[in-house]
Amino acid sequence: MEEKNIRIEAKNFSAYYNDKIALKEVNFKIYSNKITAIIGPSGCGKSTFLRSINRMNDLIENFSVTGELLLDNKNIYEKETDVIDLRKRVGMVFQKPNPFPKSIFENIAYGLKIHKMYQNYDDLYMKIENSLKEAALWDEVKDDLNKSAFDLSGGQQQRLCIARALVIKPEVILMDEPTASLDPISTAKIEELIVKLKEHYTIVIVTHNMQQAARVSDYSAFFMQGEMIEYDETAKIFTAPSNKLTEEYITGRFG
Amino acid sequence: MKINKNKIIEKITEGALFISASLSIFVTIGIIIVLLFETIEFFKEVPLIKFFTEKQWTPLFEDKHFGILPLLNATILTSLISMIVAISFGLTIAVFISEYIKPEKRMILKPIMEILAVVPTVVYGYFALLFVTPLLQKIFPDISTFNALSPGIVMGFMIIPIIATMSDDAMQAVPKWLREGGYALGANKFQVTTGVVIPSALSGIMASFILGVSRAVGETMIVTIAAGQMPNFTFNVLEPMETITAYIVQVSLGDTPAGTLEFKTIFAAGMTLFVLTFVLNIISYFLKSKYRERYR
Amino acid sequence: MKEKKLIYKIRDNFFPVAGLFATIISLGVLFVLIIDVFKDGYLRLNWQFLTSYPSRIPEKAGILSAWVGTLWIMVLTAFLIFPIGVASGIYLEEYAKPGKIKDFLEINISNLAGVPSIIYGLLGLQIFVYSFKMDRSILAGALTLSLVVLPIVIVATRESLKAVPISLREASFALGANKLQTVIFQVLPSAFSGILSGVILAMSRAIGETAPLITIGALTYIAFLPTGPFTTEFPFITFKGLRDFFTVLPIQVFNWVSRPQKGFHANAAAGIIILLIISLFINFLAIYLRIKFEKYMRRK
Ligand SMILES: Nc1ncnc2c1ncn2[C@@H]1O[C@H](COP(=O)(O)OP(=O)(O)OP(=O)(O)O)[C@@H](O)[C@H]1O
Ligand SMILES: [Mg+2]
Repeated sequence: MEEKNIRIEAKNFSAYYNDKIALKEVNFKIYSNKITAIIGPSGCGKSTFLRSINRMNDLIENFSVTGELLLDNKNIYEKETDVIDLRKRVGMVFQKPNPFPKSIFENIAYGLKIHKMYQNYDDLYMKIENSLKEAALWDEVKDDLNKSAFDLSGGQQQRLCIARALVIKPEVILMDEPTASLDPISTAKIEELIVKLKEHYTIVIVTHNMQQAARVSDYSAFFMQGEMIEYDETAKIFTAPSNKLTEEYITGRFG
Repeated sequence: MKINKNKIIEKITEGALFISASLSIFVTIGIIIVLLFETIEFFKEVPLIKFFTEKQWTPLFEDKHFGILPLLNATILTSLISMIVAISFGLTIAVFISEYIKPEKRMILKPIMEILAVVPTVVYGYFALLFVTPLLQKIFPDISTFNALSPGIVMGFMIIPIIATMSDDAMQAVPKWLREGGYALGANKFQVTTGVVIPSALSGIMASFILGVSRAVGETMIVTIAAGQMPNFTFNVLEPMETITAYIVQVSLGDTPAGTLEFKTIFAAGMTLFVLTFVLNIISYFLKSKYRERYR
Repeated sequence: MKEKKLIYKIRDNFFPVAGLFATIISLGVLFVLIIDVFKDGYLRLNWQFLTSYPSRIPEKAGILSAWVGTLWIMVLTAFLIFPIGVASGIYLEEYAKPGKIKDFLEINISNLAGVPSIIYGLLGLQIFVYSFKMDRSILAGALTLSLVVLPIVIVATRESLKAVPISLREASFALGANKLQTVIFQVLPSAFSGILSGVILAMSRAIGETAPLITIGALTYIAFLPTGPFTTEFPFITFKGLRDFFTVLPIQVFNWVSRPQKGFHANAAAGIIILLIISLFINFLAIYLRIKFEKYMRRK
């Protein structure tokens, strides 16, 4: 049996918008260098959980949590947490590609610049090149790094967003339906990329696409109405789920 | 340590931005204090009753009277004339561009209409005095060179864009399904427009009217140039009269030393004007936020 | 039956016909106005007019001190309203939490936008001219005008910031940027042309403002220029001019309109032509930037 390191752990973790509960007492372990998929019907709290991990929901007025959410055994929601540092360690890729309205180069350079993570221009360039290579975009854009990011196709934009997240060397990458707005070919490329990335990163991905979850993930969690119904190795969830609701969902009887 | 530095910078920025934003509050306080201070001084010498009931305003003459009525009357009359023009034209245009023409044309027409609001008011004053009044003379031979009618009409044209664009915005905010509900009942375009769109947008439309009134009441140069600088308590719009704003200009043009009673009169007049427009602006603000909330 | 049909027909065509009519009349008035001033004033538009001081003889009078004064006031006003207006807009849109303070600030700014400009003149007279002892100087004039048009800049800044999609901010925050970095490096550059359009719109309003400047006591007869900003001695720039008396184009026009002689009316018309050209140009610039901004925003 291979060794499993717990990277993220939720202990009785609940989340609220105003007084409305969005996550109910979730208990959950996410392992290092694995891909964990979160699936479930719309509005069940997948994004809420994901956005709790990098405290993106801090931006929302009246969002609150109870219980614990640990990253490397330290509570993300404790007072001393440096949110900036947390977000540096936990990167995020969104549903709709959201490059900055700047050049490809500047898109990736931004993270390095705000964290002062480069020595000189050569170093900056090298880091940008590496991350574009890592995101399997380098060959397509190496000749015009100064082109506007908006001139790329949707799939290329999404890989740019992945490169942008990778360049500051996060430990965890959160992906919220990263292929939902892409065509099948771009989707396939990104899936391939995600699988490659797990060698160096811990990945949590939210998806509505059951095949995608089955194809890429090692573990799957099924959420419903804010509760985590079932969590197991993906192979198990998709072949022999122990919960009736899970089975109904993945066989497409609802959701 | 690094965390702290970041947090401190954030706090300092936020503080600096807050100070900028609160400058606007100091401006309001400044206006109120300045007006109030001189107005109180003024009422130490002139009884409040006389200010509001006397029908003569002659602070610059030997025989001084301090009745604001002639100025108020002129302000109200010119505003009334301008609103007749601005509302009838502005609302018709708003309905037209909101309901009857293509969005692309609407996007072109709106900024062109706005030019009416960009023309400096001295220019309108010139136009009223030297073009519109002579024109009106052909219809009303006994109209004076300075009169309330001509600047009132011209001011109306200046206010058309305010009413047209604000009412158009309000009508655009009426959700599509409300219109479709009307059509589903077999109503035609006219019926949907008058029966559904205008009533639903009413608070926004009223807000535009009231803002228009506020603009008319505070407008200065058009009336100063074309209505004259002679306080005259009359309802005959063909006669010269002086508005509150025109009086302030008249005194400012002369060398009135600070501290004199004459000097204080412009603040008392200004206070009247401020209170009037303040009430109108606040009503307009709440009417506007009402329709914004409704269809969010 | 036929009669009823006719009534229906009239009714159903009321808005298209009346709307078109009202639009044409309004724009017609604008057109007539422009033709009228042009007809009255074009003969006075010459080099002498631009380079002469006012005079008792209409043919010798010009707008030199007026346009120089307008230039001074405009530049100074732009420098004043840009930082303060933009900072206020940023505070309200990006930093202020929903609540009483924000509501209060909003109502206050919306009210200030509707306060008659002549009231700002009274404020400027007491505060800048008398209390701060600036006298009827260019500085007092520019400060007063800045207060008049500040709400326009604040509102335009907020609208532009509002148009920047939340996803852009999220992308920045997700990379570990703090609020200040996000605002400076991502949000502001995206909103910039919209904000600039607002500032320019404010300028087009300021350039035509007459009443507040008359109220603070700007003179109608000025036969000298403010001390120029450039000198031959180190540091080659001087702010002495800020303390000088001034007049502006619209005041000069007002002065000439108020005189009975026809010759001065021609001068007024000529001044108006110049004033109109400048303010319409500035306004079109603002509209152009606005359209560019909207197009740019739609790409996202
Ligand atoms: N900003 C918010 N304010 C209030 N309620 C919210 C907010 N965001 C989400 N919610 C609510 O929280 C619940 C969970 O939302 P969440 O976005 O996490 O669902 P999801 O599983 O990601 O759905 P989807 O598959 O549609 O993306 C939903 O009921 C939603 O309405
Ligand atoms: Mg979601």
